[in-house]
Amino acid sequence: MKLYESTIHELEKKLRDGDTSSVDITASVFERIEAVEDRVHSYITILKEEALESAQRADEEIRKGAASPLMGIPIAIKDLLCTRGVRTTCGSHILHNFIPPYDATVITKLKEAGAVFPGKTNMDEFAMGSSTETSYFGITRNPWDLERIPGGSSGGSAAAVAADECIASLGSDTGGSIRQPAALCGVVGLKPTYGRVSRFGLVAFASSLDQIGPFTKDVEDCAIMMNAIAGYDAKESTSVPAEVPDYRSFVNRDIEGWTVGIPREYFIEGIDPEITTAVDRAIASIEALGAKCLDISLPHSRYGVAAYYVVAPAEASSNLARYDGVKYGFRAPGNHDLMDMYKMSRSAGFGAEVKRRIMIGTYALSSGYYDAYYKKASKIRALMKQDFDEALKTCDVILTPTTPTPAFKVGEKTDDPLQMYLSDVFTLPVNLAGIPGMSIPCGYTESGLPIGMQLMSGHFQENKLIQAAAAFERHLKLEKRRPLL
Amino acid sequence: MEYEPVIGLEVHAQLLTNTKIFCGCSTRFGAAPNSHTCPVCLGMPGVLPVLNKKVVEFAMKMALATNCHINPSNVWARKNYFYPDLPKGYQISQYAYPLAERGYVDVKTGSETKRIGITRIHMEEDAGKLIHDENTPVSLVDFNRTGVPLIEIVSEPDMRSPEEGTEYLHRLHEILVYLEICDGNMEEGSFRCDANVSLRPRGREEFGTRTELKNMNSFRNVQRALEYEIKRQQYILESGGSVVQETRLWDDSQGVTHAMRGKEEAHDYRYFPDPDLVPVVISDQWIEEVRACLPELPLAKRERFIRDYQIPPYDAGVLTASRALADYYEATTACCGRPKNASNWVMGDILGHLKEDKLLMSECPVTPQSLGDMIGLIEDGTISGKIAKDVFEEMWKSGKEPRTIIQEKGLVQITDAAALEAAIDEVLKENPSQLAEYRQGKDKLFGFFVGQAMKATRGKANPKLVNEILKKKLSE
Amino acid sequence: MYFTNNYLKQHRRNKLLKITEEEVAYVAHLARLDFTDEEHAKFTSQLNDILLYMDILNKVDTTGIKPMSHAIALSNAFRNDEEQESLSVEASLANAPDSNGASFKVPKVIE
Repeated sequence: MKLYESTIHELEKKLRDGDTSSVDITASVFERIEAVEDRVHSYITILKEEALESAQRADEEIRKGAASPLMGIPIAIKDLLCTRGVRTTCGSHILHNFIPPYDATVITKLKEAGAVFPGKTNMDEFAMGSSTETSYFGITRNPWDLERIPGGSSGGSAAAVAADECIASLGSDTGGSIRQPAALCGVVGLKPTYGRVSRFGLVAFASSLDQIGPFTKDVEDCAIMMNAIAGYDAKESTSVPAEVPDYRSFVNRDIEGWTVGIPREYFIEGIDPEITTAVDRAIASIEALGAKCLDISLPHSRYGVAAYYVVAPAEASSNLARYDGVKYGFRAPGNHDLMDMYKMSRSAGFGAEVKRRIMIGTYALSSGYYDAYYKKASKIRALMKQDFDEALKTCDVILTPTTPTPAFKVGEKTDDPLQMYLSDVFTLPVNLAGIPGMSIPCGYTESGLPIGMQLMSGHFQENKLIQAAAAFERHLKLEKRRPLL
Repeated sequence: MEYEPVIGLEVHAQLLTNTKIFCGCSTRFGAAPNSHTCPVCLGMPGVLPVLNKKVVEFAMKMALATNCHINPSNVWARKNYFYPDLPKGYQISQYAYPLAERGYVDVKTGSETKRIGITRIHMEEDAGKLIHDENTPVSLVDFNRTGVPLIEIVSEPDMRSPEEGTEYLHRLHEILVYLEICDGNMEEGSFRCDANVSLRPRGREEFGTRTELKNMNSFRNVQRALEYEIKRQQYILESGGSVVQETRLWDDSQGVTHAMRGKEEAHDYRYFPDPDLVPVVISDQWIEEVRACLPELPLAKRERFIRDYQIPPYDAGVLTASRALADYYEATTACCGRPKNASNWVMGDILGHLKEDKLLMSECPVTPQSLGDMIGLIEDGTISGKIAKDVFEEMWKSGKEPRTIIQEKGLVQITDAAALEAAIDEVLKENPSQLAEYRQGKDKLFGFFVGQAMKATRGKANPKLVNEILKKKLSE
Repeated sequence: MYFTNNYLKQHRRNKLLKITEEEVAYVAHLARLDFTDEEHAKFTSQLNDILLYMDILNKVDTTGIKPMSHAIALSNAFRNDEEQESLSVEASLANAPDSNGASFKVPKVIE
């Protein structure tokens, strides 16, 4: 097996035993990048020199006896996270040359843990999208079928893990942007509880929904990543001072006696039948795991798309007002008056999807419409959260499909924004309620496309997600395939 | 038709915290442009605000000092608009749930006291500074001021004249400075005022159309702007026209208000609760803790001075113009036990000398203890009032104690009757012609003899005794 | 579940206008965006579809429900009034599209 095909925990052991070095691992990852990147295009910025330097430093630390599981491991970073001295574009023309003078908190944490950064990954512009087709820097392709999209907005981070162009990666999830690409690319993706992982340094899309989370090759790696990035940050007012359990310790526990909730609203018409089959197979294994199924209802989830597409664009329209050509980023060339400078810079700097969402958001907040849209949607959020609170009193975790369809073709949904939005139908309610959610692979379509299943649990119960996910992973014994690249 | 002005004032006060409201940059005035900036106050991608607790405490102090009801929970809101001095494209302010509401300030106009209502007080962040280049079509932006904490104090439209308006402003100003939460400098912009002015026929309940006045950078300009705007609106209404609702800028050099150039856009600020910040919950306990730390406020202090020191309201007003001055006066009085004398010396000599030498109260070279001591020495007859003036000058220049100066210069008042009698005898002997004239009826010469006696004793003679002895001797 | 093609087809048949081209122009101005005529027409149509879809929010009875602005109920997240190091002037201006080394430059603001 090539080094780049390994998991974090496999490499951790090899490093500890002196069987390999960070430099070797990093070089192997770059060998892979050089072989497949021109077809997959996971990255916006590749940091080969810097990564190899970090790898050397990591090897020294390992020689001195450093024990962090991420020491020397190449972790790719979604280009929505600020990295000091390294271009951070958010997939947008308007930030094509922005170099932050500071690191996001999670980056600081990963640096302290000794991680190596091969590069910044591609994404839908400002995290707005479900296919990584709106990036200014070109599209990312699904490693399993290069004619198809990898999902979005964290498509680059998901594809990079699926294609072994990194050992693990970080993405962000506002409406499903980790879980959906994880499902479409056949990897593990977790969106933590709102407030679990610091948002400081994550370029804001929808502040009350955004969370940073890991993409990994298996559940144990996910737990390792969560241990490294979770925790209270005084630099974020919405960070929650809840203790971080040792997530890794939950990976080898079974779920005997657990109740798994199956929400009927997530299992009706419109889902691709191959997905239904794969998820049903997972549901069928619940008994074998020593747990039981419970039919539950999440009645307000059906309003998730509508509520989300009011709240998220509204917050985004305000968060993106800072991109005005004054302090950083793209400014329209030529001599203009101030009004023209603003309009030309923003119109040329933003892509169509971003503009569309800014328009929806501005409209929803504007005088006369605030009550009907934003306030109403915020009340429906409260009802959706109530649904989950009630349901989770009766079950340990909830199981649903992650997406209604497997990866669709490039260009298939770009002309119909509403169609695109509806593909997030299973993931959105999780963000709206602030609970954690995770996608793990649970099968393949006939044509070899990955299928994901989603697990949800209560606030700050990522340990339960990991425990259940690991149990399913062990039991489902999914065939270990690799994309043919 | 008689029209009555209706005036409401909005005051923005910069708070004297060390650091900005949502980040740790310094708030110090006068630094090089963009040297007190960080990713947070520059509005860089990915940054988040964290609230400075001191801002809340200072704001609570003002709320309590103006008798407001402090809301148990207040919420941050985004006020969205585009301007180069606003880096995030929104200002973090408060909208539906401000810190405090329904307060008041009592204001004296003439002999009457009027209660001016305060609608609300909320916290918000200041914007940056724009400097317009004269010669090129360019403006320069300095973000040092972005994020400096402000409180916005909105009055009810309770004022009915420019005088009431400026009086209210003075009272607000003095409270802010007393609380040591704002330095109240209108020229530097740490205390700003906008006005809302309208007219209505006297007796009518309905408000007329109002205009908003901006750009008044001194108390005097506020008064002048209000006076002008009232006249301007009156003229329009009396000519049968109607007042346009608009924002007008005060032009100091021309003494008029101008409508803001360009189409006045009604701003759609799209307020919504800021998702990056959490509510501020203020317990009764916290309120009491802050209340306990409030200093005595100007109004209460003035009333106490009048009552306890038996000084007239005017004196009390002058002596409480600042906390430092009031404390100085009280310390002096504590030392000499003579409030009226202390009042004269502090109001007259101390304030006069401070003004002449352009010194602050804190830089006064004469301590209250020294002054109090000196007053005591006048009272017990050690020195005369006249000599005291000289002693005071020396105290001011040298910083020495009065007793030291008196001793060094031998200025102790002569109260020994025998010695004075001898000196006066000398004077009378040396001035026989004047003595003769006096005896013949030229009474005015009494003053001459007093003067000579003082000269002979180098001013140290007790004037009262000199008078008594002279009278006795001249009538012999 | 309201995500099927059938639902959308039905929706579009109703063709009620939620937003006019004038309103779109006003919103664009508020957001400091400029559109070509073609973009303007396309956006108006797309926004209409999206806003029509959102009508389902009105079907929900939310009487007595408080709007949720935060997933987790936190309050009083404070910091102390202690100075932290600022960026150097150079670092503050490093990304500026236009500056004179001390300040950010913008087209003149007319008051």
